[in-house]
Formats: sequence, C-alpha cells, structure tokens
Amino acid sequence: MGLLSDPNRRRALIGLLTRLNAPIWGMPVDWLVKTMQSRGLEVFTQRFSRRLPFPDEDKERYMVKGTNVYGILRAPRAPRTEALVLSAPCTAGDHNNQAVGLLLGLAQYFRNQVYWAKDIIFLVNEHDLIGMQAWLEGYHHTNTTGMDWSPLQGRGGSIQAALSLELSSDVVTSLDLVLEGLNGQLPNLDLANLFYAFCQKIGVLCTTQGKLQRNDWDSVSGYSHAVQTMMLMAMKQASGRPWGDHGLFLRYHIEAATIKGINSFRQYKTDATTVGRLLEGMYRKLNNLLERLHQSYFFYLMSSLSHFVSIGYYMPAFGLLGVILLLRALDLWVQLASPPPRTEDGVVDADPGVLSVLTPLVISHLTGAALYTLPIHFQEMAVEHFPVSETEAVVLTAIAVYTAGLALPHNTNRLLTGQGTEQGWKVLKLVAVLYLAVLLGCTALINFSLGFILALTLVPVAAFVTPNVPKVLSAFVLVVLSPACTLLFSVFFFQELQEMPVSFLDGWMLYLSVISQGILDHALYGSLVYPLVALLVYPCWLLFWNILFWK
Amino acid sequence: MKILGLLSLLATHLSANSVNIEENAGQFFSSGHTNNWAVLVCTSRFWFNYRHVANTLSVYRSVKRLGIPDSHIVLMLADDMACNHRNPKPATVFSHKNMELNVYGDDVEVDYRGYEVTVENFLRVLTGRLPPSTPRSKRLLSDDRSNILIYLTGHGGNGFLKFQDSEEISNVELADAFQQMWQKRRYNELLFIIDTCQGASMYERFYSPNLMALASSQVGEDSLSHQPDLAIGVHLMDRYTFYLLEFLEDIHPASKSNMNDLFKVCPKSQCVSTPGHRTDLFLRDPGSALITDFFGSVRKVEITMETVNLTDPIEQVEQNFVNEDLQKESYSYVDQLPVSEIIHQFPPLDVTG
Repeated sequence: MGLLSDPNRRRALIGLLTRLNAPIWGMPVDWLVKTMQSRGLEVFTQRFSRRLPFPDEDKERYMVKGTNVYGILRAPRAPRTEALVLSAPCTAGDHNNQAVGLLLGLAQYFRNQVYWAKDIIFLVNEHDLIGMQAWLEGYHHTNTTGMDWSPLQGRGGSIQAALSLELSSDVVTSLDLVLEGLNGQLPNLDLANLFYAFCQKIGVLCTTQGKLQRNDWDSVSGYSHAVQTMMLMAMKQASGRPWGDHGLFLRYHIEAATIKGINSFRQYKTDATTVGRLLEGMYRKLNNLLERLHQSYFFYLMSSLSHFVSIGYYMPAFGLLGVILLLRALDLWVQLASPPPRTEDGVVDADPGVLSVLTPLVISHLTGAALYTLPIHFQEMAVEHFPVSETEAVVLTAIAVYTAGLALPHNTNRLLTGQGTEQGWKVLKLVAVLYLAVLLGCTALINFSLGFILALTLVPVAAFVTPNVPKVLSAFVLVVLSPACTLLFSVFFFQELQEMPVSFLDGWMLYLSVISQGILDHALYGSLVYPLVALLVYPCWLLFWNILFWK
Repeated sequence: MKILGLLSLLATHLSANSVNIEENAGQFFSSGHTNNWAVLVCTSRFWFNYRHVANTLSVYRSVKRLGIPDSHIVLMLADDMACNHRNPKPATVFSHKNMELNVYGDDVEVDYRGYEVTVENFLRVLTGRLPPSTPRSKRLLSDDRSNILIYLTGHGGNGFLKFQDSEEISNVELADAFQQMWQKRRYNELLFIIDTCQGASMYERFYSPNLMALASSQVGEDSLSHQPDLAIGVHLMDRYTFYLLEFLEDIHPASKSNMNDLFKVCPKSQCVSTPGHRTDLFLRDPGSALITDFFGSVRKVEITMETVNLTDPIEQVEQNFVNEDLQKESYSYVDQLPVSEIIHQFPPLDVTG
C-alpha cells in the first residue's frame, strides 16, 4: 500500500492533517479537495446548515454550518449504477484524526485497481451525524428533517453498502464493530459476518460492544459475559439513536456499519496498513456482490461476534409478556359481561358513562402532548426566569411536566363524577391494557429492545394495578417502574455494564443529557423514541396511575 | 545360411506387420463415423460462476487441440467472464490458479453468448429446428455419420439443469431431444458429459441407441469446485472437469486410449463425489471406443499404392486456333441492390449485355 506503508510519509500526512485541522476553522475543505483530486477522484462539496431547536452541550450554538467533501472513484469498466461508500467523520481535535488519513491512503490504492464494478464514494463529513444526514438527504433527494443543504453536484449509483471509520490513533489493538442504527435498526448480519471473517483471516483482534470474545461458553462466567454483551446491545438499540455515522444509512435500506479502532494497553498492536488491508478485503467482497445483502437476518441480538440470537428466538419471550396483558383483558371482559352484584339496598351501580372513561384518556393524552411540545417551546421563558442554560431548561421542563402529570388526573376524576364507579375503572383498565398491548407489540416490531424493556417494566404494573391495592406501596412501585425512572436506572446499568460505573451525581447529569439528546435526535434525524414515550407510553402509564387513584 | 536366416526374419517381420496392418485397418473403420461435432454449453451466469465458463472453455481448448475445427463446434457461454467488470485480468479466463493457463486466448469463437443461451435455443440446436436465417456457425449440421460430444456444466439438481438462473431443462426433455436426433438421423454415436450437482440424474431417462453418458456426481451428491484463486477471488474450475482436462492433456490425435480410461477419471478420492457413467445404450463395447472418436477429429487416411482409373466425364473443349474472331462473352456483375431505383424512384433500367 503506497501511502501508508512508509512510516515517514504516514507521519507527515498525519502531521499535516492535524495542523490543518485547527479547531477554529473546522474542516480543511480546500486541502481535502486538492488531495482527493490529486488521487484521481471526482471531488464535490456540499454545504449545509441547520438550526438546532436548542443548543446542546457539544455545539453550544443554535446554528450548525458545515461542508461535506466527497470524492467518487469511478469504476473503470462498469456502468455507474451501483456504489459503495467509505466515510470518515472529520471532527476537530483528537477524536478521529487518523481516519481521514487512512481513507485517503485507501483511495489512492483503490484508484490503481481495475476490478471495481461499483463506484466508490469517499466521504468526509463534518459535524458527524448532522453532516451525514445532510449528505444522505441530498443524495436521495429527500428532505425529511428540515435541514438546509446545497444539492449534490456529483452522484454515483444506488448505494449498496457503506462503512464508517473512526480511528484516533495510527496503531490499534483491536477493532470494534458498531451496528446499532437509528430507531434500533440493524444492518444485515452478513455485514457483521464479513467483518468477523476478515478479522480472523488477517489476524486482528475484533470486538463488539467493546467486549472481547471468550471461549468458555459453558461456564457461568462465560455465559454471564455473553449476556452482558447482549444486554449492552439491547440497551443501545433501545435508545434509538445512531451509535455511529452508519446509523443514518440504514433508513435508506443501505447496509452500513461503523468500525472503531481502539488503542488500549495490549502487547500486540496492529498498524494502519493492516487495518487498510482488512478494509480492502471487505470492499472487494462487497464489490463482488450482485444484489443487496439480504440473505441473513435483519433482526438479531449479538452476544459476541460469532454468536447471535435471532428474532425467532427472542420474539416468543416478548410474546409471553404480551399474553399476560391479553389474559388480564380477557379476565376483565368476563367480569364486565357478568351482571353487576346488587347491593343491600337494591341500588345498582349506574352504567359508567362513556364520559368517565373518555375523560382520563383525553387528559392523559393532552398531558403527553404537553410533554412533547412544551419543553422546546417554553425554553426562552424558562431561561428568563431561572438561571439555567437552554439545554437544562428544556430537560427540566420535561421533567416538570412529567411530574405534574402525576397530580393532574388524580384531581379531575374527583371533580367530574365525585366518586368513581366499580364498573368504570374496569372499563378503563380494559381499554388501557389493550392499548398497552397494542402499543408494546408495535414497538417491539420496530425496535425490539425498546419494546421489551418497556414491557418488562410496564406489564407487571398494568396487570396488578386496581383501586383496591394498598395505595402508597403501589404508587411507589408505579413511579419506580414508570418510563422516566426506567431510563434513570438504565443509565446507571449501562455504565455498570461498560465497566465504567458512575456516582449518583454524575449519573444524574448523564441522565439529563440523555433526555436532551433524545429530544435533539428526534428533531434532527427523526428518531422515534421521544415522541413514542411522550405521546403514547406516558399517557398509557398515566391511565394506570389514574386507575390506582380511582376511588 | 545367414542370408536365409535374414530372409526368413524379414518374411516373419513382414507377415507380422501385415497382420498389424490388417488389425489397424480393421480398427480404422470400426467406429463408423466420418465427422465429429461438439456442443459445449455453460449454463450459468454471474461472476461467482466463473468456474463453469472456465470448465467449458477448457474442454473447448482440448477439443480444438485434438482436431475439431471451430466450424464443427457450437460453443454456448451464458455469461462473459473475460470482460466482466470484476475480472482483475480482463480478457482472460484462467483454469489453473496462479494464472498458469489462460483458456480464453485469442481465437475463441463463442456461438451462443449471454442471453442467447436458453433451453429453447439449446434444444433447437440439437434437433436442428432453427429458423432459416440462423447462420451456419450456430447450427449443428450433423448427419448420420457424425459423432457428437455434448458437454454441459452449470448448476443442476435431481432431474434438471438450471439455465441462466431463470429456467430449467429436465432429463425427460433431454432424452426426448436425443430421440428426435436419432429419428432424424442426426448422429452416429453421442457422448454426453455433464458436470453439475446430481448430474447422474440427467442421463437416467435416455432411451435412444448409441448414447454414452458420463456425469460428475450421483443423485444426492454435490459436485465440488477445485481451487480458488486468491487474486481473482473465485473458484476457477470444478473438480471433475479439472481432472478430465488433465486426462485429456495426455491425449494426442494418435493415442489409443479408450472409454474405459475415461470412466476412471476423477475417482472419489479426488472428486469427493462419485462420477458415474452409462453405457447400456451404446451398441459397441466401450473398450473399443477411442477417446479421439469423440474428442478429436481424426481423419481416416488410407494410403494406397495402386493407380485408380478415372473414367473421363469432362469433354475437352477443342481449342480452335484457326478461328480468331471467337465471340467472347463479356460478363459483368449484377447490381447487388438497385440503388438508383430505391433512391430516385426510377423504374428499373433495362440491363442487357
């Protein structure tokens, strides 16, 4: 490999890159254009800008402006109908300063080969996911998130597969594969298998979720290690955010993954040339493909790079949880169908009017709508009145609305009919249980981990809550198992699984940033977790809260 | 005494030789065919089926080397590997790894290429039911004294062979096609070789006489590929054809190897699958059928020392040197296309003399 085989040239290139990559100016667009052109690629740039709904911690400003640079290596003899993408996000600082160098080295090497049947697009995007979203929207002529970008001047064919590189040092001890994408979508398992096959062939240590693979599957510790890896993947999938630049490709039915180079304390280190050979091998294999990857699973949970659990195995577990809800609904239906018991003085309970059931529904959903819209709309007012930054204002408003919702239905029910009827709460619970079952079922189909985690926490409370259980204890349990607290515990558990446990205060700050990131992801990329929780899951949970305080 | 001994030695030698000559002469005309044809078909497309094209081309090479000319070979290749975009060595198709042998070469003549290789075209070639506009190179112009070699390779199953990833030919269809050929007297003897998975199922239904068949695997077995080339990235040949090619490399036009040697090609230890053959429809003893009866185009040459009197049917034109003013007719070419008529809409001119 020409460029990177000589360590002196490699160091010169990296030094040049770091010098030009000064934080003030962001990405060295002109230098990149010139370098890519000198390697024989067709180079184009794209400018984009985006107004964030509120400034997050990284950017600390409302407007994000940037430029993407991409060079297309045309296949020498093929028609320009298909393309592959190799991307490296270019961020200021040390986070990812080697990936662009490796990308340029690979571009030069690939240019000299005659066997490419697809165009290869080498993309350097600015501002990580925002730049990638702008490029993808420009490439596919869609505009789903309201971003402002200049149209792309040059195009390849339809993209078959994409890889994103994250390298922060020129020697790595292991390569980590990141698969989870937006809304918990995963690439075809064949892409992971391809990566693993080449890792074994070239002899590079490869991991997933940052955890090494163990060989003792039968022992308890080996099994628990595998379970931990799988739980990490489930939690990352449930968060609904793309965990690498590749996550945004999946929406366009393009199989994509991110390869991260990790440099830890290990004796055996792999240099960039070997990583380049691995990538070259992967791209040759992808080049030989005649169709999109579709033979292997799209829904799976990996407990290591060589073991996985497919949808056929994990869906029945969710199905059993759903059956609990359906059985409870059946039970309630039978109870409602049987005639009401006469009281001693012959007064029969009045039929519960539609109003008494409809009211909690409407109020819960209005609260949910408030949770969805108020935080962003009232951030200016909040900033005026309280000494907090915009991000904190948004998050704290969300938490405030959430907590206020706990009080609201509790009072309106008393207001409306005085005392709730026996039949009333049963009808409401029937509706709520069925609503929860359908909601969790649909969620599990789209994002299994999210659906499963919500089911684990919500199904027990949904099943047992009635007005007759001890109030204080059940209220406590209900709050602890509500979506917000589930998220809080998940944050701590996630840190625990990654072997980086945090103190309570750090965990709380992390929790706040997770909420703000969720809101931001929804605004920027169309992540569905925040609207789902705010508009559907939270009202559903409020219905159960309402049932608990029916009398 | 010595002269007598030498003379007697010479006499016995001559008599022995004459016996040999008689045997040879007898053997010359044992097969009964006068010309050879070959129909070589590769039925798979896509880059990863490189090995099927290499199989067919290597049999083509052997058959050409042993003497069958291009005009007597119908070569059908379903995809173009040499000019495929993924080929790192364009214009080549290799059969041995490390690029030892390029079977594509400069002088390959593909008669049916790409999407023209269909079941319908294959059966039409065999039975001769082609539209009148078909050029000679695409026809199997065999007669009842032709020995035909048919070689098929691709992906197959129990009772069928897949063409182009979209259609199949069944063993019943193939048997019926051969019967049509027999009834139309389109072959003298036919050797059918198939290198696919479960290839033996393809010759189970044959019922026409003078057919011999070989297959690379039995029903329920897969035929395996031989070796991948790491630079090209695909498997280059199938095992059976690889060893068949090795066997054929030792055959030259004068060799006397017979069919029994061909049956021994690629035993299970090398091929992993069990090759099979069928000879019950073949009227001669397979041991008397030479390899070159099918793979080569061995011309029978009979050397004779006697003069043959030809009766003279040609009448000599008497040269009349006396008459000088012989009318010499002048000839001219007729217009290929009445251009003036077409362009200018003129009525046809009178063309005389």
